[in-house]
Amino acid sequence: MININTDVTIIGAGPGGLASAVSAKLNGAKKVIVLDRNNWLGGILPQCIHDGFGVEELGKSLTGPEYADLYITEARKNKIEFLTETMVLNFNKNLEITAVNKKGLLNIKSQSIILAMGCREKTRWNIMIPGDRPSGIFTAGVAQSFNNLYNIRIGKKILILGSGDVGLIMARRLKFEGLDVLGVVEILPYGSGLPRNIVQCLDDYDIPLFLNHTVTEIIGRDRLESVKIAEVDKNFKVIEGTEKEISCDSLLLSVGLIPENELSKEAKIKIDKNTGGPIVNQFFETSIPGIFACGNCLQVYDTVDSLSKDAKTAGRFAAIKKRNKLNREIKVIPGKNISYIIPQKIDNSCKVHFTLRVKKPIEKPIIKVKSKGIKFYSKQLRFAIPANMVEFDLDIDLDEVYKNLEVSIGD
Amino acid sequence: MIEQEVTCIICPIGCKILVKKDNSTCEIIDGFKCKKGIEYAINEALDPHRMLTSSIIVINGKWPLVSVKSSKPVPKNKIIGVINQIKKANVKAPVTSGQKIIKNVLDLGIDIIATKSIEKL
Repeated sequence: MININTDVTIIGAGPGGLASAVSAKLNGAKKVIVLDRNNWLGGILPQCIHDGFGVEELGKSLTGPEYADLYITEARKNKIEFLTETMVLNFNKNLEITAVNKKGLLNIKSQSIILAMGCREKTRWNIMIPGDRPSGIFTAGVAQSFNNLYNIRIGKKILILGSGDVGLIMARRLKFEGLDVLGVVEILPYGSGLPRNIVQCLDDYDIPLFLNHTVTEIIGRDRLESVKIAEVDKNFKVIEGTEKEISCDSLLLSVGLIPENELSKEAKIKIDKNTGGPIVNQFFETSIPGIFACGNCLQVYDTVDSLSKDAKTAGRFAAIKKRNKLNREIKVIPGKNISYIIPQKIDNSCKVHFTLRVKKPIEKPIIKVKSKGIKFYSKQLRFAIPANMVEFDLDIDLDEVYKNLEVSIGD
Repeated sequence: MIEQEVTCIICPIGCKILVKKDNSTCEIIDGFKCKKGIEYAINEALDPHRMLTSSIIVINGKWPLVSVKSSKPVPKNKIIGVINQIKKANVKAPVTSGQKIIKNVLDLGIDIIATKSIEKL
């Protein structure tokens, strides 16, 4: 057993891990170690070869690999240590991590831990598509990795289920590779990815988007042969008589992401069922003191820019050794039209950065923050859609808040 | 003059900007949130360009591909032409991020540059 003592240990070297590591170091943590199970740094970024990263944060549009390089360079300059090909087996409330790599078993004791494990893709089995079980069914991110990292073509005739961003980006990518991209099937009445991706990945290349449609059956013995799609009604029920069969050899799934929190659950960190990530306070500290969470294991972000911003806050507070004892704690309750809000609790009077997602597209929505019926903040937005996270800052004085803070969005 | 709705793609908000245009002039009617949006909508209506990203085969590298981008946005009607040039190209490892792999592709005054470094095997 190899024993290591650190100030801050970060699990995951993707964008959340890198940004929080740099921030922890710049805010006074002496020894910062980042663990990752892969043999490269940057997580998913090296396979995201399209641009659009850093627009809000840096005022310029970088590709995924370029964005990752910025933080990797910064991390190396600040003498952050990386342990790659290192798999975390577990961690506990005493801030001890057990990990394994080629050198053997590691026992890492830290002043703080930052969780940055990212997320994983939903598969066919998460959404229960009936039918045969042939090869040729991929999650969009796996297809992206085959295509962009390993130069493997996944098939010839491609249908995509789900208009999430990775699915849209893969539609264009595979079109560029000369594959026949038949269309994107989306169960909702609107695209679930960012508007710019719908324009630049589908509209530009006349790739059809079948809204209010879903896949009802998978057909094929060894390799996928065809897929049945059908129109759905308002309640997502298949409308009889609308079914049609599309001949294809590959089906890509871009049907959502699940924050990766197996380790967190094992350590008994409290999880928010709405985000799928840990419940955190305004400093991104989880229900276990000293353990922080950032990146896509906290919530699935839509841009790396806002992900990095929050990760830096997590890193900054993880670097502080003596934290103020909390006097009281209030809950933040997601109200009308809100699917989730972060932070879920506040235990310090300070400026709080809120991020939330709306349940459906709303024009001219008004964010309302209330406590026991008393309104103390409201802000009108031009519009809000589920694909765009809503962010706002608010000075919170705990003495003014009665028990809970309710955040809602009015039409 | 014809009316056209342009979805702004400068940032993730994706403003729907309404413009009126003929062959050479364009005026903004409504829907923008920032100055960048005005500029984008005019260009998009009259002379659309796109940043192009793809990948190029690497010979003798630790990875079989290097990701690339166009040094400037490519006119929309030239994208498929440029993509075909990219498909034909290859490069020997090592490759450094920022390295020009195809110079002045299709005489457009645009280079295709590496966005990743690939070490030699």
